Parts: sequence; C-alpha cells; structure tokens
Amino acid sequence: MASTAYEPYEGEKLERLERDAAEATSRYPDPRSALLPLLHLVQSEDGYVSPDGIAFCARTLGLSTAEVSAVATFYTQYKRHPNGEYTVGVCTNTLCAVMGGDAIYDELSEHLGVGHDETTEDGKITLERVECNAACDYAPVMMVNWEFFDNQTPTSATDVVDRLRAGEAVAPTRGASSVCSFKQMSRVLAGFSDGRADEGPAAGEATLAGLRLAREKGWTAPLPDATPPSQEEASPAGKAAPPTRGRPSSTDTPAAPPTGGTADTPTGRDPSKEA
Amino acid sequence: MATTLTPVLSRTWDVNRSWGLDAYERDGGYDALRKALTLPAADLVTMVKDAGLRGRGGAGFPTGLKWSFLPAPDGGPRYLVVNADESEPGTCKDIPLMMANPQVLLEGVAITSYAIGCNHAFIYLRGEVLHVYRRLLRAVEEAYAKGYLGKDVLGSGFDLDVTVHAGAGAYICGEETALLDSLEGRRGQPRLKPPFPAVAGLYARPTVVNNVESVASVPSIVANGVDWFRSMGTEKSAGYGLFSLSGHVTRPGQYEAPLGITLRELLDMAGGVRNGNRLKFWTPGGSSTPLFTDEHLDVPLDYESVGAAGSMLGTRALQIFDETTCVVRAITRWAEFYAHESCGKCTPCREGTYWLKQVLGRIEAGHGTQEDLSVLLDVCDNILGRSFCALGDGATSTITSGIALFRDEFEAHITGGRCPFDPAASALFDHTPRRSRDRALTGTPGTVGA
Repeated sequence: MASTAYEPYEGEKLERLERDAAEATSRYPDPRSALLPLLHLVQSEDGYVSPDGIAFCARTLGLSTAEVSAVATFYTQYKRHPNGEYTVGVCTNTLCAVMGGDAIYDELSEHLGVGHDETTEDGKITLERVECNAACDYAPVMMVNWEFFDNQTPTSATDVVDRLRAGEAVAPTRGASSVCSFKQMSRVLAGFSDGRADEGPAAGEATLAGLRLAREKGWTAPLPDATPPSQEEASPAGKAAPPTRGRPSSTDTPAAPPTGGTADTPTGRDPSKEA
Repeated sequence: MATTLTPVLSRTWDVNRSWGLDAYERDGGYDALRKALTLPAADLVTMVKDAGLRGRGGAGFPTGLKWSFLPAPDGGPRYLVVNADESEPGTCKDIPLMMANPQVLLEGVAITSYAIGCNHAFIYLRGEVLHVYRRLLRAVEEAYAKGYLGKDVLGSGFDLDVTVHAGAGAYICGEETALLDSLEGRRGQPRLKPPFPAVAGLYARPTVVNNVESVASVPSIVANGVDWFRSMGTEKSAGYGLFSLSGHVTRPGQYEAPLGITLRELLDMAGGVRNGNRLKFWTPGGSSTPLFTDEHLDVPLDYESVGAAGSMLGTRALQIFDETTCVVRAITRWAEFYAHESCGKCTPCREGTYWLKQVLGRIEAGHGTQEDLSVLLDVCDNILGRSFCALGDGATSTITSGIALFRDEFEAHITGGRCPFDPAASALFDHTPRRSRDRALTGTPGTVGA
C-alpha cells in the first residue's frame, strides 16, 4: 500500500534533495558519514525510508542499495513503512515501566486501538514502546516525535494523543513550544535547523533539584585559589557564597581496581589495557 | 562532616536562557579556552592527567591518559569524538546538561581538540532527543559567530570545525568503536581491539572518544586548577560528578556532588524513599551494574569503593526501587532491553541475551522451573567475558546479582505460579493493570523450546 505514498524523485523534489545532500556530505571528511543524516532526510520527504529514498542515498554516496538497506534496518528510528504524523513512544524500560509506563502504554494502546509500531487509521499516531530516553528523573516518560513529555499518567497521555489527533498544537514538557510533525523532525535530525532552539525551558524541576537545594543551603563548589574551607554558614545567595565545606569525608576509602563499567564505554577487562 | 553538593556544571541551569552564549559568557564562559590557547598543548594533557579526571561515561578510564595515547603527529588528521549517545538505562545526566548548557560542552571540545591536535571534532548525539539536537546546532552556530570555533580560534592560529551528528536509535552506539562505525555511516557494531581508537579510530586515524560530562568538566579544570579539582572527591576518584536519582525517591533529579558521596547522603537530600517506604534495591550506575540493596547505603560512590563492594560506579545512574517493586519484573525488562539492543555481531551476546529474555519471561509469568535459575546463571556465565564488547557483560549484571540477592523471590514466582506483586502498587498513580495487546510477546508458556 505504501510504495506510492510519496512523490516521485524528480523535478523540484530531486533538486532540493540533491542540494541538501550536498550540504550534508560537506560536513564530513568522508561523504559516507552522511548516510545517517541522508536517511533522516529521506524520511523528512517521504515519511519513511522509501525504496526510492534508499536508491537516492546509494546513488549520492556511491553505495549499493543493499549497503544502504543494511544500515537503514539497523536503527530503530528509520521506518520501513509510512509513519504516522506523530510517533508517540512510551518508555517501558524498567524504571519507567515500574513507575507507570506499562499502564500508560496499555491505556494508549487500548485507547488508540493499535499496538507497538502500528499507526492509527487516520495516519496521525504511530505508537511505540521505546527504550530508556535519558529522562529517568521524570518517569514515567513519553516521547512525541522525540520531544519530552515528562511525569505522565494514563490520563495525561490520552489527552495528548486526543489533542494531536484533533490537530491542536501540543507543547512538550521540555522542548519546543509545540511538537512538530514526523517529517519536520526528520529534517532537523538530518542536520537542518528549524530555528526553534530558543523555544522552551532550559530545564525541568528534576534537572534543577540538586541546584535548588544547594542554593537553599548555601552549598557551592570550592572557590578557586581557595583559602582553607570556611566554617561559617553561607548565605542562601547561591554562587556568590563562600564554600562551606572542604574535602568530603570519603577521601580515605579502600582502593580496589575498577572492575568495569557500562556499555557506554569499554569495560569488563583491565582498564589499564584500554585506550 | 557530611558531604555537600558542589554545583559546577549545573551551576547556571536555572539562569534565564542558560543555553545561550550570552548567559555562558556572563558566567565566565570561554575564559578557560582563552587561557588554554596560551599554554602548550602538552601542558593541558598533563593538567587533565594530574587532575585525575576519569571518564564519566561509565568505565572511569583516566581522561588525560586516554589523550596521551595518541601517537605523535604525522601531519594527518586527528579527531575528537564526543560520545553523546546517552542510552544506558537509568542514565540521564548528559541530555539535561546539553539541554541547559551546550556551550560548556563546546568549550570543552575546543580545549580538548587543541590539547590533542584535532581540527575537526564530532559530537555524536543519540537521535531521540530532538530539542537537545536543536540546542547543540544553535550553540555551534553561536560559537562560530563569536570566533570560539572555526578558522583561527580567538586569533590563536588554531582551526577547529565541529560537526554535531544525530544517531538513529541504537544503544550499542554508546560503545565507542560501534559509535565510530556508526559515524562512518555503517551499522553500529563494535570493532575488534586493538587497534584502539587512539591509534586507528575515525577513518582509521588517531581518535579520542570522550563522554559529554568528561569533556564538559575540562574547562573547570583549566580555569580553576588541578588542586581545585582534586579538593573534591577521593584520592583515586577525583572531582565532582552528576548523580542522577530516579525512581521511588521523593525528589528525583540531578545532584552534582563530589565522587565518594553515599546514597544515604543523596537520599537524605532528595527527601528519602517515597512515602517513607523501604529501599529494596538500586543500581549504582545504570542497568549494566550489579544491583545493590539497603545494605549498601553507606558505600562511597567512587570507582574503587563501589567496585570493592561488588558493583560498578558506571554512570552514577541511581535507580531507586522500593519494596513494592518486583525484582523479577525489573530484571526481566532489562533483559528484554539487552536482547533488543544486542547488535548481533557476536554469538554469546546475540544468542545469550535472546535466551535470557525467554527464560526470565516465563519465570516472571509464573511458568518457570527451579532448573531455570541454573539455566540463567549458566547462560550468564557463557556471556560474561566471552562477548565482543561490554554490552553482553552488562546484560548479565542484574541477573547474577539479582539471583544472588533475591533468590527467594525468583522461587516464589516458580512455586506460586504467578508474580506475587501488584504492579499498580509500584506505580506513581492509582490504576487497574490490564494486559496490553502485544505484551503477550514475552512470557507466554510454550514459546520456549517449542
């Protein structure tokens, strides 16, 4: 059903894509590095990684279509069939799931009548279970076109999707002043700014929790060139206040070789052998 | 004397439009770069080494030492790649940092690039954080316009281009060599080491891959000095770091503190476990680190102490679970995550995580057998240390530690034929759980070995 759901790669569309592709490849010493941006770019035109889009990437970078497909199918953000206007992703990794993410997903699935990676009949919403999106202090978290909707409940989540389906502008908790479409989002992810960086807040409540407490208590990092730590109680004036504490109490802890780390970095071996 | 918070990176997050260059400059932003550009590059490497900064992305490898592994310049390009693919479950520090103050990262990028002789740096950001990507793109524009990036940075003769690159959804790309393959436009699969990235990294050229928080910590060291940095933290785990509290805690969030602070101290600051409940289990550094319990409340959260207590400091992702939480459910969900994210390159991880998910799924659903527990431990034993990269190792951490700590709870699922916990009790809101249409993908009897 989907193979003709997009405009053919010709005329103005092709010129635009070629211009954008040239800009994307110019960002890298090796043009192939632009493949991920180009796949986002294709999605910004077609709403998914279309067969013609794969061929376009291959032609642009001098790759085979098989090589491009192999990359496109590796990453979850590349869609193999037309995506809805809004990807609604509910985090159901452990922390969010336990805090209520499972219930939110179940409610949305029931409410929308679709399951994971399925799109509502009106083409508006593609529902997904998503993995941890680095906002655990705002659990349970929902993402709409990869903007943060923090501290959700089943009611708040169904309200968001209802308003999206009704065509209303919907603001994320931390993000632009309204969520954009899947295609618009994909264009930004291809590296083309939409000029909306200055919208929205710098941080939410949880991000600021430690800073607020430090301000309230007058805690700061030590001042440079410092003088021995002052014992006097600091004013709550924040960063102008002198540090109230010096070296923390845990300086004489037993030493043991670190045993590893996380998948963010190479581990599980002797770190001294890691470069 | 109790440990207190030490906001450095988070210090300006509540300032109006804190993400803008104006706000950053008002706070002394880019003074460290000005200072760095007057110093020989080698002195900066020594400075970061002496400061004792260790990688904030999980493994804790000394940052300055990593820089010093680059071979002598041969006239060809050398690269800095910032790992901004923050995806380790529970980890939520780099994303808010870049949302609130992308400029501190860029200043760190500029100093680090100068120190290692790099003229083109890359920031590899996970693709699932649209607004953070907007902020980074804008920050780079602003920094170019003011001469902090580009040709002849601040008149020093040093050239630096920065490209911010969005990924497309793959946890494995947080592994540094998989990240490099992904940045080269390939499937994100880890590379055999050696050669290490320092010798043959991006485009087979000498490359430093550093975590966001590591790089963002560099300007403070240059500005305030080695002694200042070492006045925080412990002898071997120097400095400060973001501790991310999440889950069943009264005030979850980011708490920037010296390394070596304890969870007891942090929980006290965060209002304790919610509703006065009991702490049941927690991760010190994300889902790839062995579980701790309330017996570990006083373990100093530094690399050595957490390691000596049997886990890893990891990313300081402190996920807190109270007594309402089913540990089998928690571990099963993490196992599903690793099975989903295994890149498929090596057999122990690809096949092992698949079977861990299946076996845990049936135990959680009440269809497991006593023998399944030894099957789980045996599979973990065949993954740990035998996988191509740390993803496989990480997949086993909560399973082996969870069975060691909560074996009776696993057995209760088996003997009782169902999960003894009410999932609604662990949620933040009242609801009646229902079984979703596609939840049946896992945990159904008869799917294993059928």
